[in-house]
Amino acid sequence: MNYQAQTDLTNAATDFAISIEKLGKMYTIGHQRAKGDGLRHTFESALRSPIGWLRARREKRLREVDFWALRDVSLEIKKGEVVGIIGRNGAGKSTLLKILSRITTPTEGRIQINGRVASLLEVGTGFHQELTGRENIFLNGAIMGMTRAEIVHKFDEIVEFSEIEEFIDTPVKRYSSGMYVRLAFAVAAHLEPEILIVDEVLAVGDSAFQKKCLGKMGDFAQSGKTVLFVSHNMEAIRTLCQRTVWMKNGHVHKDGNAHDIIEDYFNTVSNDATFSFASSTYGLTIEKVVLKNGLGEECGQFYPGQELVVEISYDARKRVVRPVIALGVVGMNGTCFTSNMLLDGFGPAFIEGVGKIACSFKSIPLLPQNYTVKMSIRSENVEDFVINFQEVACFSVAGDLAEYGYKGEYLAWAPRSTSVVVPYEWLLPDGTKAAVSLDLPVHERETVLLP
Amino acid sequence: MTELVIEAGRTERQYWRDLWRYRELFYFLAWRDLLVRYKQTFVGVGWSLIRPLLTILVLTLVFGKLGKMPSGGVPYPLLVLCGMLPWQFFSTAMSESGNSLVSNSNLISKVYFPRLVITVSSVITSFVDFLISCAFLVVLMFWYRYAPPMAVLLIPFFVLLAFGASLGIGLWIAALMVEYRDFKFIVPFVVQFGLYISPVGFQSSIVPQRFRLLYALNPMVGIIDGFRWCLLGPRSRVYWPGFMIAIIDVVVLVASGLWYFRKTERTFADII
Repeated sequence: MNYQAQTDLTNAATDFAISIEKLGKMYTIGHQRAKGDGLRHTFESALRSPIGWLRARREKRLREVDFWALRDVSLEIKKGEVVGIIGRNGAGKSTLLKILSRITTPTEGRIQINGRVASLLEVGTGFHQELTGRENIFLNGAIMGMTRAEIVHKFDEIVEFSEIEEFIDTPVKRYSSGMYVRLAFAVAAHLEPEILIVDEVLAVGDSAFQKKCLGKMGDFAQSGKTVLFVSHNMEAIRTLCQRTVWMKNGHVHKDGNAHDIIEDYFNTVSNDATFSFASSTYGLTIEKVVLKNGLGEECGQFYPGQELVVEISYDARKRVVRPVIALGVVGMNGTCFTSNMLLDGFGPAFIEGVGKIACSFKSIPLLPQNYTVKMSIRSENVEDFVINFQEVACFSVAGDLAEYGYKGEYLAWAPRSTSVVVPYEWLLPDGTKAAVSLDLPVHERETVLLP
Repeated sequence: MTELVIEAGRTERQYWRDLWRYRELFYFLAWRDLLVRYKQTFVGVGWSLIRPLLTILVLTLVFGKLGKMPSGGVPYPLLVLCGMLPWQFFSTAMSESGNSLVSNSNLISKVYFPRLVITVSSVITSFVDFLISCAFLVVLMFWYRYAPPMAVLLIPFFVLLAFGASLGIGLWIAALMVEYRDFKFIVPFVVQFGLYISPVGFQSSIVPQRFRLLYALNPMVGIIDGFRWCLLGPRSRVYWPGFMIAIIDVVVLVASGLWYFRKTERTFADII
């Protein structure tokens, strides 16, 4: 019996990289003490009345709420698989990565890992502001588990990848944030693990840098290594991963082919959770973000060609000077279109007190699908995001494509193509023209044209 | 092929192997702290010499000149320096290692490596400072034309004891500070207090005989006495029970410090 188990284990060891069984992580909420309520409280109350203190401790214990950030998670990830993990904030994705990276320990369950793990929960962990780029490469490399010899060996490659040769002996506190991130990622890109665990690192840096990161991760996946990748960027997940795990409330909600899961994810994003957010540093509260149609009615469903109004209600306790707002409509194939004050330059001089800002997209040329709205607000110094969220609202586009001039047999394949359709016209060899437009349904177009 | 099992409620067998694997990190973290410490300072490493120099001046004046404490025929500044060196090593190592986890909390919440590395490497940083300050001792001994006795060869043993004492207490404080930030306020107080209750500015022989055993419970008493014995020779009289107690103190501190640190280490990332 025992022998049997032993051989099973060794056989299994050859084909999985990570095996997770019934994993759970519990946090106790209400455990965090108020400021200045540390030892003094414990000692003082214990000294004053030992019995009362014991009783209070028990009561406190009862008042605390156990919160399972992760429960009953079982997964097996094969060697060479590239797995994307998606889910809303608080779904347990980061907790899972933290346990896999051994930063924190599970409350229950068991994990078996075959292979050297490198986890990238943040770029530039351990970078020290006062040290130079060169010194930080060594420090960061060592913290990420590289040996001194390895770092020396790869040093030139790392510097070249980071594109900051001239500043390598400058303290990183003098770097721009772009340079900083490039250097940090360069070090991480030269780790040589068998299993790579990546959290939302792509959320930082400019788009050229993000492409570079994705490219590097693609190379990594191509070379047959195992990758676990958490992201809100569905496009990145779809390009990189074959398999996707959708986490919800600390459980694995769905697990399967990346394409199907992402489609599913977009089909079930519901409007129930209304977005609100408070930034204490900037004294700005976003009270809600609502979607309205052209008539000014709150609305969650639109038809192709209708007007879509995104209305942001804010309360700026401190004056925010020259806020730069950007909105984007995101479909399951990525961002469809955006409105961006950084580009159009139409931002207000400042916002203060309670107010509203709205953006009206005059005619949405979108295929019937589900969409989310992303929003970022930057401060006067455009490098700083006051807020930056991938999902502040969601809506669906309904409608029968046939009404818009579509006649194809494979309309069910529409979600596979990009979601935005600008009006177009085929000019065929026999001289016929055929037009398609997501502007207005065909019959309405005629009535509009009549007068 | 490295295989790893993570299981709820199990202490990792991997731990000590990992500690070996990350051995270079001891060096890198200590190197970082040393590099950073004197960046953008004018005097730089000179501070490792200026600090003991000024303290010796003050202590010699207060205890030697004003207090007229006995020196047993040894020049008073030399007597003070021999107490000052281990004391300064102990006090900085203890407070730096005590603070080490909290000041490196960004590492703790984002990467895995044995947390012990952080605390030990901050003791190493203080140890390097101690070695630099030792240059000062050599200079002063030449100045007073004072040749050390053969016992000077035993000095590494007492250095090791001082290392152990500061690490043991450092481990306790570091682990406790993760949850109770109160220790941020307690440590400077202990250091200030300790300078006067340890035989830094005077010889431990001035303590009445019937209190000596009690006095020796402070591990620094045995360690400082040991330093003086090694460097200044038999003229500083030896109190053997004090040595024994210091050794026991250090062993207990290190063992219990390691035990408590390992016990709480798994939750550091959750509560820091």
